[in-house]
Amino acid sequence: MSGPPPILRLERVTKRFGGMTAIDDLSFTVRRGSRTALIGPNGAGKTTVFNLVTGAIPVDAGQVFVDGRDITHVPSRKRVRYGLARSFQNVRLMPHLTAIENVMVGQHCHNGGLFGVLQPVNLWPRNRWREAARAALREAGLEQYAGATVKNLPYGVQKRLEVVRATMAKPQLLLLDEPAAGLNSAETEALQALLGGICGSGDVTLLVVEHDMHFVGALCDAVVVLDFGRKIAEGTPAEVRADPRVQEIYLGTTITEPVERCHVARSA
Amino acid sequence: MSGYLEGILVLLAVNVVFAYGAFLPVAAGQLNLGLAGFAAIGAYSSAYLSNAYAIDPTFAILFGGIAAGAIALIVAVPVLRTRGIYLALATFAVGQIVQATLLNLEVVGGAAGYPVTAFIRLPTIAAFATGVVVFVALLFATRFGIAVTAVHDDERVADLMGLNTRAFQIAAFTLGSVIAGIGGGLYAHHFSFIEAQYFNIGLSITIVLYVLLGGTQTVLGPLLGAAVFTLLPELLRGSANWRYVLFAAAVIILMALRPQGLLTGEQIRRLLGVDRQGRSALSREPAA
Repeated sequence: MSGPPPILRLERVTKRFGGMTAIDDLSFTVRRGSRTALIGPNGAGKTTVFNLVTGAIPVDAGQVFVDGRDITHVPSRKRVRYGLARSFQNVRLMPHLTAIENVMVGQHCHNGGLFGVLQPVNLWPRNRWREAARAALREAGLEQYAGATVKNLPYGVQKRLEVVRATMAKPQLLLLDEPAAGLNSAETEALQALLGGICGSGDVTLLVVEHDMHFVGALCDAVVVLDFGRKIAEGTPAEVRADPRVQEIYLGTTITEPVERCHVARSA
Repeated sequence: MSGYLEGILVLLAVNVVFAYGAFLPVAAGQLNLGLAGFAAIGAYSSAYLSNAYAIDPTFAILFGGIAAGAIALIVAVPVLRTRGIYLALATFAVGQIVQATLLNLEVVGGAAGYPVTAFIRLPTIAAFATGVVVFVALLFATRFGIAVTAVHDDERVADLMGLNTRAFQIAAFTLGSVIAGIGGGLYAHHFSFIEAQYFNIGLSITIVLYVLLGGTQTVLGPLLGAAVFTLLPELLRGSANWRYVLFAAAVIILMALRPQGLLTGEQIRRLLGVDRQGRSALSREPAA
């Protein structure tokens, strides 16, 4: 095999919570520059995969490689330097910071030394870090919220702010946990535009957990399907849709008609 | 200026300094109930230096702050491993240890207290207090301010964004103790007599109260809190002993009505109608 290594590779990863095996001998790769979706019914282990990749929880067995480098035992704080950043299923912005300050938290890994920490970024209106954060907000169409207290902002704006914050770390791999959940159609379109802009250059690979299959179909070019912590299918969205095992999980039975417009039923 | 007024203003300035000593760890999400202990370290070490070596009080007080910070740094590494109520108890224990040690330290008078020869007046103390306020305000206009607030709000996410959360917590705790030590030195050199009993848990709680009631989210909160709760008991002086009841009632009412403190960052931004950069932002915000 030649060429650069995949941006993310999980090698026989296992994670147990007590007696429950959340992730069971899972291996998959995410191709560099792809927009990969990680789908599966509730409880399939999608968010656990994110937590294992970002180091929020340790793996019990197996290895995680980013860009060919083994990061299995790298502390979570240092993984951002390997080009990893994520957003959260439930918005986790800092409620006591303004929108622009939240975005500036994302810059920390590039300006977190003693000199960087003591730069008066909130005092000089036109320093490069503040300008960079403002430019990112402008690109996302969120500049008018820069000085606002985040907890008062609409949910859809908060969701996009989280994505913008993650991009400020200049990640190679951006992990988005249900970015479209709870958004109305206008907000979802705004989010799609934002994500299209982020991965348009091909420098950023997306790994997205999402329930909205319409959203996945519109955004992603590769899909990994999990069920009970195991990979059951992998391929392009069309291939995965045609896979009988996937149809069985989502619809309870194998069907032949196209399921393009199917929104996934959330199993109990 | 009457002696009474100067006395009140000195107390106000010292309390403002103490309040910022408590504010820094609180801003990083930690309750330091051992603050009086660090104030005592500052008070005793600065008093010893100016008594025994005739060092200028200004330098002695600064050194007292550094001494308190040095002890805080040593203590912070194990103590800040704890969280929440356990952290409060651990810092409380540190304060008690300092107090007990000073009570038994004959070189600084032990239980009899320690007279301080050098004397500083209001202008010096006010200059120190102003310096502390400006220092903390500037510090919170840097990335440090953003980072500390981020650690306070969501340690987990801050960590994933690459922030060394523990280093920021230790830094906030240590800097706060330096400031508390300076406050102790100021107190010692104005009131000319210090005793270990003064630096008790009651003092720690009162100082933390200034911050919690003034507002923990903005650098102006401690200033307001210390000012209101130093001056309020004086204004209530006419009602004899009832003033303590009235003061306590005021504290409880405030906690019930404004649990977030008198001042919040959001409120200040709203009042100014601008973001911190000085440009209008909220006015253009569409109704959500």
